[in-house]
Amino acid sequence: MRYLCLIYEDQKQMSAMSKSELDAFIGEYFAFTDDIKKSGHYLGGEALQPVQTATTVRVRNGKVSPTDGPFAETKEQLGGFYLINARDLNDAIQVAAKIPGARWGSVEVRPIMEFDQQ
Amino acid sequence: MSEDAAEPVRELVDAVYRSESRRVLATLIRLLGEFDLAEEALHDAFTAAVERWPRDGVPANPRAWLVSVGRFKAIDTLRRRVRFDASLAVLAQRLEADTSADTGGDEEGVEDDRLRLIFTCCHPALPPDAQVALTLREVCGLTTEEIARAFLTSAPTVAQRIVRAKGKIRDARIPYQLPSRADLPDRLDTVLRVVYLVFNEGYSASSGESLTRHDLSSEAIRLGRLLIELLPEPEAVGLLALMLLHESRRSARTSPAGELVLLDDQDRSLWHRDQIAEGSALVERALSSRRFGPYTLQAAIAAVHAESPSAAATDWAQIVGLYDVLARADPSPVIELNRAAAVAMRDGPGAGLALIDAILVRGDLGDYHLAHSARADLCRRLGRTAEARASYERALGLTRQEPERRFLERRLGELSRY
Repeated sequence: MRYLCLIYEDQKQMSAMSKSELDAFIGEYFAFTDDIKKSGHYLGGEALQPVQTATTVRVRNGKVSPTDGPFAETKEQLGGFYLINARDLNDAIQVAAKIPGARWGSVEVRPIMEFDQQ
Repeated sequence: MSEDAAEPVRELVDAVYRSESRRVLATLIRLLGEFDLAEEALHDAFTAAVERWPRDGVPANPRAWLVSVGRFKAIDTLRRRVRFDASLAVLAQRLEADTSADTGGDEEGVEDDRLRLIFTCCHPALPPDAQVALTLREVCGLTTEEIARAFLTSAPTVAQRIVRAKGKIRDARIPYQLPSRADLPDRLDTVLRVVYLVFNEGYSASSGESLTRHDLSSEAIRLGRLLIELLPEPEAVGLLALMLLHESRRSARTSPAGELVLLDDQDRSLWHRDQIAEGSALVERALSSRRFGPYTLQAAIAAVHAESPSAAATDWAQIVGLYDVLARADPSPVIELNRAAAVAMRDGPGAGLALIDAILVRGDLGDYHLAHSARADLCRRLGRTAEARASYERALGLTRQEPERRFLERRLGELSRY
């Protein structure tokens, strides 16, 4: 079964890191990605640019309105994701717990909605 | 078979339902992989028993018979549903092909299924109130109405919690399995918290629908017994001890008029000796494992009280010592407050008051009525009447329980006589 692991992190905490701390952190992500490729869990994953670069798009009455945001109201923002294949939720939780960002921020694990292909 | 002969068989089916239905359900969930399908199969299997046992005789192993019939009924149900949902065909085929399916004949397999059911209902991915409702419904077999009455909420609310929880188990694929060795301590913690929550809900409400509430405590104790039978971990043993030792004081906690009676003032001849003996023995057992935790320590404290002939004759030094260990194992302001009350008994009210004031000054427990009533009590004993009155009034403003309100009002009334 497929699960999306959404990684929420405190960007302030990230930007306060020194160059060497940041390199070590990114190194951990590379190692983790390698691990879940070897274990067969990995389907995909990306890191996102900071939330200041985000644009929100809405269509109302046929009119497209792109706006700045979402505004950083909460301390933690979506910073990246992994799409994984796991046996069940317990397996997915095991994988999510090893995502480096889970130690500072949080990881939301969401099952993918599967539609029948008739 | 005549009507007369059918009657004892029907009574037997009822008895088998009471003793075996939760075991049969636990195994059916594993075989069928779905809660709702398993519940329907359970119902169908017992309906079949009522029809067939008077005619064909009672099977040698009723539980295995029920699991087997339930499984076949579920396959029928799936076959009928396939017409509407083609994806079920695969499941129906798999079930039919799996002739080696363990139908719950062997004892160990059945007990594992019961544990699987408990751990699944108490999965940490489910919200706490849903864990409680689902455990009472599936593991204990309480009806939705009974659960709603016990928690003073509406049946539709409870039903919705249960439906959502089952939906999450299905959609997020929460597995029907025992936790791994590494996960066991944390997962057991969640289960114990659910059991303790059920117990407390039944124990701390001492008025109103007292009968239903009492049932909830007995249900928690039954769950506790089941748990140590299946998984004799020290903290599970400690929790059962704690519940039994609290329960032993139930009839002494309220006066005939329904007023709250504090530990010091309770008529100790009303304490239930059998429960105390059982609880104390369980405390010894958990302590001797050397792997005990907060539940066992709280039970050990309760055991010291239970074995003391009076409040004055209580070994307060031992109680303070146990609170010291507990505060290290599970630091919390509430435990500090209880420790302060014990220190007051050992060293005098002044020493206890200093500790409580330190907690309140720090900004903890300001909204906790028991902190203020404990403070009031110590001020009263020190003759600091004005302070005692202020603290009783503060506690009165915070409590939501009727018997506690009356108790505090009584204490306030006594103060004004000085």
